[in-house]
Amino acid sequence: MHAADDVTFVLRPGTITALVGESGSGKSTVARLLARLYQPTAGQVLFDGVDVAGARRRRDLLRYRSQVQMIFQDPFGSLNPVKTIRHHLARPLRIHGRVERGGVEARVQELLETVGLVPAEKYAAKFPHELSGGQRQRVAIARALAVEPAVLVADEPTSMLDVSIRVGILNLMLDLKERERLAFLYVTHDLASARYVADTVLVMYAGQIVEQGAAEQVLQRPLHPYTQLLLASVPDPAVTERAPITARKGLAAAAVDPPPGCRFVERCPLRIPVCSERTPELVEASPGQSARCHVTAPSPARREDLHVEHVQ
Amino acid sequence: MISVVGEPEPVTRPARETLLELRGLSVAYGDVRAVDNIDLTISAGEILGLAGESGCGKTTVANAVMQILRPPAHIAGGSILFRGEDLTALSAEGLRKHRWRNVSMVFQSAMSALNPVMRVGNQFVDMMRAHERIDKRRALARTGELLEIVGIDPRRIRAYPHELSGGMRQRVIIAMALALRPELVIMDEPTTALDVVVQREILQQVSDLQAELGFAVLFITHDLSLLFEFAERIAIMYAGEIVEEAPGGRLHRNARHPYTLGLMRSFPPLTGPIVRMTGIPGSPPDLAAPPAGCRFHPRCPHCAAGDTELFALQTAVRPTLEEIAPGHQVACHLVERDG
Repeated sequence: MHAADDVTFVLRPGTITALVGESGSGKSTVARLLARLYQPTAGQVLFDGVDVAGARRRRDLLRYRSQVQMIFQDPFGSLNPVKTIRHHLARPLRIHGRVERGGVEARVQELLETVGLVPAEKYAAKFPHELSGGQRQRVAIARALAVEPAVLVADEPTSMLDVSIRVGILNLMLDLKERERLAFLYVTHDLASARYVADTVLVMYAGQIVEQGAAEQVLQRPLHPYTQLLLASVPDPAVTERAPITARKGLAAAAVDPPPGCRFVERCPLRIPVCSERTPELVEASPGQSARCHVTAPSPARREDLHVEHVQ
Repeated sequence: MISVVGEPEPVTRPARETLLELRGLSVAYGDVRAVDNIDLTISAGEILGLAGESGCGKTTVANAVMQILRPPAHIAGGSILFRGEDLTALSAEGLRKHRWRNVSMVFQSAMSALNPVMRVGNQFVDMMRAHERIDKRRALARTGELLEIVGIDPRRIRAYPHELSGGMRQRVIIAMALALRPELVIMDEPTTALDVVVQREILQQVSDLQAELGFAVLFITHDLSLLFEFAERIAIMYAGEIVEEAPGGRLHRNARHPYTLGLMRSFPPLTGPIVRMTGIPGSPPDLAAPPAGCRFHPRCPHCAAGDTELFALQTAVRPTLEEIAPGHQVACHLVERDG
């Protein structure tokens, strides 16, 4: 079973990278690999140029985890119901030895202020059940920030929140990116929110990245037919005339022993014979935008084939 | 296509008969009023969208119309008229006949709406035989036809729910909801658990079926952008009350209630310029102790202690729905003020 296959991307300080795709596409697997909740079966996770995928020693892991923190989807499940907010924030400070003994309280307050929970003393004394979903998610973010990480992996951080408070969390991510120069991996199925926050977008389908590039480019001029299908499916009141969806019926390719060829071929309206024979590579088809598609992003070799066919 | 936005509104609409009418309906859980004195009308063949955040009472409205409220939830006032007949006064047997025959429901979670240890076909047979005299062979044949109209291979009659994908299960539920040709289908977040591509396919199908069969739909969702495409008329609920109601296109262009506007500003756009959005500050109120006056006032950007006369009104008097244009009603002191 290959839940995520040959996935390569880079996270840079002060940027938000959105990883989008349907459920089962492997996007959460990638997030968890990054947070070292899973170990890759092959490949590397480089942090500052050092491979951390194989790190085993407690000291190495502790160091990596203090640099890469994760925020989960469910803010109700990720906080301990019998502990105060102060406890949740003070604990990582102690474990990672981030502050002097006397400085814990001041740092807890500072963290709460950073995520917009003011007055901080009031929130520090509360228990999770006394907070709303949005406030809990802010606590989860404050806890992640406690160890001063360089990377924050946020797996669907707004999908369980009420519509009116989602934007608040997205804005907080934007602020943290600017102020703290954090590198975010924002995992989501919500393309509009990805467009709102992200600098770069990665689109996953059946365990592979099928398109990646600058957010606005990918979301306004998508190359891969799957990205096009996703975008055409999002409800958008601004779109008055909608072309009917042209995808073929078909199931997503199995991630267990995938056959050669493009994994989207069964549903693809653009397919040509080669699509079922050879797996497309991720090809940079326009500056800063790559796709895995024989038709819209043919590899240089493939372009020659096409040319030959054309001549004949 | 299912787009409603942007089309000119018809000058003369054929007068349609009223199918369902909620009059001053209140539903309470113990002493907490989850739905507080709402009026709502659905005409035959109409798609009415009901939008709001979790806890605003929208699912409670659906459960009240289906008469499947479970204690401590109970109807605390008002009436539910289906073709003029008050459902709150029906006997148990009368209700049994009413449910599914007149009004059916599509629930959010198809997995929990289907029996996991029973083949799909047999679940249809059970349901049909509870309502009419029909032998098993004929019931199964009809099930096959029903599955076909929602785009599922009729041979799937023999499948168990776990053998179907999430989208297929939701289609099965929709087929089941349509089986007895009800006049009203309630859909409570029918596509929320699904991926966007599947969501669009299913909405397209519901829209086609609705045009063909003519049933009315009460479509409940937190996703206002979905309703702008799908619903003819939209009602916005907040803290147990309806705060605004208008035809879909009109609401999109001329929403007036600060809560509706806040909701609309909570969905980042997929096209056009990206501007910093604000959402709505604060969170919905605790219904056990709702704010006095307008229930939205603690979160309202237009409510400040400065303007004393308006502030007194907002914090002490509950605004009522006022018609500001044909079919467009708003419950807001600001709107009442400009006349």
